[in-house]
Amino acid sequence: MNDMAKTGKLLLELKDVCKTFRKDGAEFRVLEGVNLRIDEGEFVCILGPTGCGKSVTLQIVAGLLDQSSGSVILDGKEERGPGPHKGMVFQEYALLPWRNVIENVEIGLELKGVSKKERRRIAMEYLEIVGLKGSERSMVHEISGGMRQRAAIARALANHPKILLMDEPFEALDALTKEEMQIQILKAWEKTKTTIFFVTHDVDEAIFLSDKICVMDINPGRVKKIIDNRLPRPRHENVCRTDKAFGEMRDQIIQLYSSLKDDELDLVF
Amino acid sequence: MSNQNGGKAAGFQGKLVDRAFNVLGVLLFLAVWQSASMLNLFGPDFSASFSPVAAFSALGEMISSGELLHHSIPSIRRVLTSLFLAIIVALPIGVLVGYFKRVEQLTYVVFQFMRMISPLAWMPIAIIIFGVGDVSVTFLLWLVAIWPLILNTSHGAGRVSPLWVNMSRTMGAGDSGILRKVIIPAAVPDMLTGLRLAVGVSWIILVPAEMLGVPDGLGYFILDTRDRFRYDQLMATIMVIGAIGYLLDSGNRWLIRKFAWKI
Ligand SMILES: Nc1ncnc2c1ncn2[C@@H]1O[C@H](COP(=O)(O)OP(=O)(O)O)[C@@H](O)[C@H]1O
Ligand SMILES: [Mg+2]
Repeated sequence: MNDMAKTGKLLLELKDVCKTFRKDGAEFRVLEGVNLRIDEGEFVCILGPTGCGKSVTLQIVAGLLDQSSGSVILDGKEERGPGPHKGMVFQEYALLPWRNVIENVEIGLELKGVSKKERRRIAMEYLEIVGLKGSERSMVHEISGGMRQRAAIARALANHPKILLMDEPFEALDALTKEEMQIQILKAWEKTKTTIFFVTHDVDEAIFLSDKICVMDINPGRVKKIIDNRLPRPRHENVCRTDKAFGEMRDQIIQLYSSLKDDELDLVF
Repeated sequence: MSNQNGGKAAGFQGKLVDRAFNVLGVLLFLAVWQSASMLNLFGPDFSASFSPVAAFSALGEMISSGELLHHSIPSIRRVLTSLFLAIIVALPIGVLVGYFKRVEQLTYVVFQFMRMISPLAWMPIAIIIFGVGDVSVTFLLWLVAIWPLILNTSHGAGRVSPLWVNMSRTMGAGDSGILRKVIIPAAVPDMLTGLRLAVGVSWIILVPAEMLGVPDGLGYFILDTRDRFRYDQLMATIMVIGAIGYLLDSGNRWLIRKFAWKI
């Protein structure tokens, strides 16, 4: 059903992206030639153990970090620096505590100079999409983690980004809220047809959400394999987690990691 | 249901009881003061005029003669003018100091050194530069008000989470957007704390500063009542100084309640 949104047009391309950090005078390589292509409208997950460079990859795409070499091409143009066309959802929500929910969602529109009335209208639209209607006047400290992350997603979507970058956005949430949020993000994705680039170390989460899984290897971080995920959509009904195909894909990914040492594995199976 | 109503009533009654204790404290204070003067604790000659009863009647007299306004208004004006000038200078400096590590390092020793000097120590220099009068007093008050404002603002600006800054950059903010939407609002609670401290010290320094040759103001009036042996008016002036200080601080607390965000 989502094939309508997918035009097959290439949106984001990572070409040989390398990243080296300097620590105590010594250099160490975090990313070693990452190559990845994401089409318009696709939902792509990066999956990998902690420390393999998932966040670094996402921050390079967001423009918050510079790559040491290689290039990031978005919509045919070489990218440098952050901007509102690359929305980011942080694991820690990054909401501003002096603003209420709707004012947080409006911040990007405010920075663009959109009029107050128009801002309210757009923000309400996205609050409805993420299921936060009715809580728009709440202060950040008054709402739960799940609601905070919904607000952060609405904030990123309200900017109409070409691509939405999400860095383990549901990791701080309890298991039930996490599943609820996974369904919510799929609904929002279907409604807005935004391309989503999603980082996780949770194998089931990657399978449940994605069209394509980019499995990463550690030391140095690199793409180990890109797996096409053809599980049928929509997947909201939660049944597909018990499907045979779901299990097979999980087995395939676990196989990929069996070559890694045990102590390097902290993937959630 | 009855539980909820009971809880509400108890909450309201509880507030009344809290207020009653505040009032009781004031009454006790006045009673102790009155007894002390009736027991001649301030000496046989002056105890009568040091009493709260004498002070309140002198206060009534000062209000009707217009003396009270004549001396309160210049005092309030001096404090507010110097606070305004201090805010204009201190907030931008505080933001720079708080946000840029290098600026903080540059200014740290100098600021910590300067803020420990009583502004009254600068008095001779103020008088050489600005002469006797309003400008000198305002300058001394300004000098005492800027330090709490700078130090608290810089503390607030220094607490800005890098996460907020990164978030606002991904939302399209440039340097000015980050300043307007993140750094300044993040520092508001600390700015208000700084303002409260600044108002407190300015009001305290005002009285000695107004003893330096200005022709009006509450500090001047203290000396004037002393010279005229009007100790009842002196005590009345002291009460007025305390009352205005209390009101200024209440205004500040209200600002903090209204504008300081919580986590
Ligand atoms: N700003 C930084 N400076 C130095 N090292 C960093 C920085 N950011 C990340 N790293 C290192 O890069 C590696 C990958 O980090 P990260 O991308 O956060 O991993 P993850 O896959 O868990 O998100 C880690 O070893 C981390 O310590
Ligand atoms: Mg990470």
